[in-house]
Amino acid sequence: MTGGSDAPTLVVENLRTHFFTRAGVVKAVDDVSFTVTKGRILGLVGESGSGKSITGFSIIGLVDPPGRVVEGRILFQGRDLASLAENEARKLRGSRIAMIFQDPMMTLNPVLRIDTQMIEAVQAHEPVDRETARQRARDALGKVGIPSPDERLKAYPHQFSGGMRQRVAIATALLHRPELIICDEPTTALDVTIQGQILYEMQKLCRDSGTALIWITHDLSVIAGLADEVCVMYAGRIVEAGTVDEVLDRPLHPYTLGLIGSVPSRNVRGRPLAQIPGMTPSLLSLPPGCAFRTRCERADAACMEAPAITLPLANRPIRCVHPNLAASS
Amino acid sequence: MNPPVPMLELRQVSKRFVKRLDTAAKLGNFFGAGMREEVVHAVDKVSLAINPGEVVGLVGESGCGKSTLGRIVAGIHQANEGERLWHGRVIADMPAAEARATELKIQMIFQDPFASLNPRMRVADIIGEAPVVHGMVKLDEFDDYLDQTMRRVGLDPGFKRRYPHQFSGGQRARIGIARALAVKPEFLVCDEAVAALDVSIQAQVLNLFMKLRADLSLTYLFISHDLGVVEHLSDRVVIMYLGRVVEIAPADDLFRGPNHPYAQALLAEVPRLETRRRRFEPVKGEIPSPLDPPTGCHFHPRCPHATERCKREAPVLREIAPQRWSACHLNDAT
Repeated sequence: MTGGSDAPTLVVENLRTHFFTRAGVVKAVDDVSFTVTKGRILGLVGESGSGKSITGFSIIGLVDPPGRVVEGRILFQGRDLASLAENEARKLRGSRIAMIFQDPMMTLNPVLRIDTQMIEAVQAHEPVDRETARQRARDALGKVGIPSPDERLKAYPHQFSGGMRQRVAIATALLHRPELIICDEPTTALDVTIQGQILYEMQKLCRDSGTALIWITHDLSVIAGLADEVCVMYAGRIVEAGTVDEVLDRPLHPYTLGLIGSVPSRNVRGRPLAQIPGMTPSLLSLPPGCAFRTRCERADAACMEAPAITLPLANRPIRCVHPNLAASS
Repeated sequence: MNPPVPMLELRQVSKRFVKRLDTAAKLGNFFGAGMREEVVHAVDKVSLAINPGEVVGLVGESGCGKSTLGRIVAGIHQANEGERLWHGRVIADMPAAEARATELKIQMIFQDPFASLNPRMRVADIIGEAPVVHGMVKLDEFDDYLDQTMRRVGLDPGFKRRYPHQFSGGQRARIGIARALAVKPEFLVCDEAVAALDVSIQAQVLNLFMKLRADLSLTYLFISHDLGVVEHLSDRVVIMYLGRVVEIAPADDLFRGPNHPYAQALLAEVPRLETRRRRFEPVKGEIPSPLDPPTGCHFHPRCPHATERCKREAPVLREIAPQRWSACHLNDAT
């Protein structure tokens, strides 16, 4: 690995990704900054339309027109990805940075056998012969817990179950031992026991190989069990960040507070859940000032101005002028 | 003293889906291709009783037959075997008019708020069609009735001339609920009714379900793969695996100490806010194909406690403690 062991794998600074649609400019990602270090898992949490997936796409350079990264720096091991030429970015994509998507059926080509797809992925970045590439593919499949990988290499994607397909996608992402993997809701479509298996594999991978992971999800409870740090996104902005323990045990932003209250669990059995009124506003017509203002019970005149990032507690950046500073139980 | 008669009861209900051979396959068989009909035992001899006012959660992973069971309860699928009883009477044996009135009392709410609403119908028609057809409201009272139903689920009656695509996911879920409520049901089958919604919207709809239960004294069969949701809502929980019920228990008891190994594995995998950076210790293997289920206990290939007996003999659902039922041979040892 290049750089010192303490150097962060990825630094995102003031990233803005906008979509220039006919209906207006959609600020899908608006001034987002975070850091991921080696062997750590960062959880990116938000509801639909919060910009969490577009943040992931921006890092790996998959934002299609009319979308564009309009501002900000994405420093991967010190190199700025945002200003990289396409052929340079292509060398990194799939080898040093990999991405795993929600639907593995969309990632895998349905008319090609698994070995064809995986060998192609190996040879795209390294000049190795076919047999070596096949070995690498086989080892990767074994590592993610696919039984009898030699035979399974000859299968087509439709012959796998959903969980196994996702493992193939993960194995393909691992082929070049990337330093950073972006996971976009990879377990959302899977059953609970299969999700448990996948989370187990990813956690082991991260610990053993020192890969940095960005885990994009809407599910706070998955983040609780998996991640080290968490960023909560709302309407294109990170509204709260910190370590998982800090954020979940002592949420400062009213949105995080509401989100945690919305999760059904044994603590609130039978009682009404603390719900957030209203719904996520359209990114085309965000209310001026704080985007959460219209749903927030703490909102007042001060919220008419977009809140800047403040640090009410050490290492706890939030975007709110009325943070919840009362110590929670 | 007799136990109270359950509101709705299933007795030894089975549902099979058969893929019949087409002409080409029959012709192939004539020449010795040896093609056979494929049979899926979606629901295999399930018995279930639900008491008035109860919320029963039905949990299981994909392909376990929970949706099929829900559809049997709602009368959408006809079971191949077994009986469905309403207040102790077999629905199939009722006179036609009474059977129809009974079916109206059991309504269903579907998972996908996009697919389950007709995109070409206005909300007023989606919600109002059934009560008019069944003669439950007079035409001059229709508007009031519609407004009242919409308000009850938290929809603005001013939107009744709109089409489904003009609503958000959460509002569409409410339209689906209003449609079910419009025929004044006593029993609701909710099939993954909140699965497609964002967390904050899901909380709103769950709160609505609880409010409606209190206001209209409804009984629910709540089908979900999300154990957190089921734990939050249910009085009793039924866990299914590959077409069979493996455990029935009051929610508190179940989440405190599941009996069946599958229930234990399932509960251990539930991600929770309180469990941080745990080491995931997953249950081995995948859910087998329902086309070719394992012999004996369906769970034995994945079960850490499986014995020879589990491979041969399917365990029956037995009462292991008051109110608690489990289908596992391990309970015989004690």
